Amino acid sequence: MRSLGAILKLRRGRKGPDGRRKMHLTDWLAYGYLAIGIVVMFGPVLWLIASSFKTPAGLLEFPPTALPYAQTTVPVEGYDEPLPLFDVTFEDGTERRMAQVRRIGIEAQMVDPDAPGEPITVNIDQREQVRELRLAWENYVDPLQRFNFLTYLRNSVVVTVVATIVTLIANSMAAFGLSKYKFRGRNAVFLLIIGTLMIPLSVILVPVYLVITEVGWVNNLWGVIIPGAATPTGVFLLRQYMLTIPDQLLDAGRIDGASEWRLYWQIVLPLSAPAMAVLAIFSVMWRWNDFLWPLIVLTRSELFTLQVGLNAFQGELNVQWHYVLAMTVLTLLPITMVFAFLQRFITTGIASSGVKQ
Amino acid sequence: MNRSAAPAPRPRRYTPGRAAFGVFAVVMTVIGWVIEPIQRLIGVRRMPWVFLLPNLAIFGVFILFPMVMNFYYAFTGGTALYPLERPFVGTQNFEQIYACGNYLNPATCNEDLFWRAVWNSFTFVAFHVAGLVFFALITALVLNARIVARGFFRSVYFYPVLLSPVVVGLIWKWILQRDGVLNGILVSLGFDRTLFLLNADWSMFWIIVVTIWANMGFHTLILLAGLQSIPKELYDAGSIDGTGPLQSFWHITLPLLMPNVVVVLVLAMIRAVQMFDLVYVLTGGGPGSATLLMVQYIYEVGFASQIQRFGLAASASVTLGVVLLIITLIQLRLTRGSESHLA
Repeated sequence: MRSLGAILKLRRGRKGPDGRRKMHLTDWLAYGYLAIGIVVMFGPVLWLIASSFKTPAGLLEFPPTALPYAQTTVPVEGYDEPLPLFDVTFEDGTERRMAQVRRIGIEAQMVDPDAPGEPITVNIDQREQVRELRLAWENYVDPLQRFNFLTYLRNSVVVTVVATIVTLIANSMAAFGLSKYKFRGRNAVFLLIIGTLMIPLSVILVPVYLVITEVGWVNNLWGVIIPGAATPTGVFLLRQYMLTIPDQLLDAGRIDGASEWRLYWQIVLPLSAPAMAVLAIFSVMWRWNDFLWPLIVLTRSELFTLQVGLNAFQGELNVQWHYVLAMTVLTLLPITMVFAFLQRFITTGIASSGVKQ
Repeated sequence: MNRSAAPAPRPRRYTPGRAAFGVFAVVMTVIGWVIEPIQRLIGVRRMPWVFLLPNLAIFGVFILFPMVMNFYYAFTGGTALYPLERPFVGTQNFEQIYACGNYLNPATCNEDLFWRAVWNSFTFVAFHVAGLVFFALITALVLNARIVARGFFRSVYFYPVLLSPVVVGLIWKWILQRDGVLNGILVSLGFDRTLFLLNADWSMFWIIVVTIWANMGFHTLILLAGLQSIPKELYDAGSIDGTGPLQSFWHITLPLLMPNVVVVLVLAMIRAVQMFDLVYVLTGGGPGSATLLMVQYIYEVGFASQIQRFGLAASASVTLGVVLLIITLIQLRLTRGSESHLA
């Protein structure tokens, strides 16, 4: 483990005249900017996570509390349900902790939780909630049982995994064909593919929907998976990488009598693993987060992906924020975990290829 | 071939990686049973077409064919999806969209929603791109300075990029709502409670801020890569000549970073013109049509409304395509000669 001193020594200030490192004004500004950055970039997500553990009553509070407090309840003899606890201040200034049986208008009937006898009537201004820190796990458990959350999750996983596999295979085959052979029409095909980089799905929504309808893929996960699989980005990325693999390797394989297909999957694919990994990460990101196209293709709720399901749920007339927030956390969890493990890889991959969409 | 002889007497253990490779090898071998006879049939010289086939088939059916069909839809009317059931209407869809007393005032237009969307998109793109490039540049400069834990901070700014637009929209909807934490902070500071998402100007402001928040990290990375490729010797030479930090920024950093700035500018513009999902979740285009953007207009007209006016949607799509084409041509002109970047 690194000691605090060692970390402090990492400070990269400028060397002063006495040889010691000093913090320059610009360094302070930089660290100030970074500190604000942490709050602004992570704050909203942390706030979401904190809120997702609040009870519906806790979510309605204004101003909101940072941590999920909920009213303490106690089981009281003679009552089926646990009763909410209050601190009641009486006219003579004494204070007692009592449980509320029921509330009628501005008055509440309270009993002593330890010795429940006849309830006393108290004005609601005289009492204050007793609260404790409590994580409302039911926000997470209920949607899993009562709503289609697990179905959405399964659909999203199916779409993401299958689409990524199809994308990797189709794109790498095309990239292999374009990078390892000389044939008439090669440049034309390559230009055609690159030329459509700028044609997003949103420009050709209607005709693609026609194709999907004709094939019978409306309300079918294949309708979400296939149209985006021939990514020009992926072909370009893999082709550029495969160009760096020496052709002599393939010639050696041919002399040994390997078929072209084996040259593809036994020599070129394994050597292209880094580029394939970058494309795989992109594809997972695109597919997991995809929204507009699934929204159009999928209209039956049992086929919704997570993103579409989440949107449908928040658009309902009576938004149940405690469930929406918890499901949002569950939706961002997988991507966050992938990022935590692969962040260096992802950031350098994107920086070097300049690709996101 | 390629079976690497492994003489080391290491016991073979079952690992997920090895199992995955096993599955991969089996699948590939099985596909080979189909493709190898084809190779014997057509010869090696035609094999590249076999490799291109799957990608080109998907590409042709789902990109090329739709590109052509889009024009067909734009010039035909009715609500039918099936092409042969659509009557030819000439330029009627375009006239419907472009008939306007005064383009600056959508209320005088036939299709007022379209022009609201156009002007909203215009405002959105202008402020979003300006803000995005500004903050991405500052962040990249700070990350490029001599700081501790650069990798960590780079990830901090990049993290929102990975979140889905739906998730980002929901996070901010929760923060900005009437009883949200932002209003909580404002009230505790003595300000009035504001209904951010029910006010036209505030909604536009917040969709710009939130989209910058969500996309900044990506553009920061591109600029950071550019900054790191500037040779350090230039700064050393500059400091010998007595250049201050501001001067070296203006005379060394900015000129050398310009290609990357252009890439970021154009990329951000192309993506901003197509903005849909985040805004759709955050404001739904509202209040009213205050944050309705072009892609949402296409979606609403063609798919979300009861009467699906595919012709209008397609002609709006053509308009969007022309805008994207113009931006792309500008990019090609600006980056001509310099290292070509993939957008």
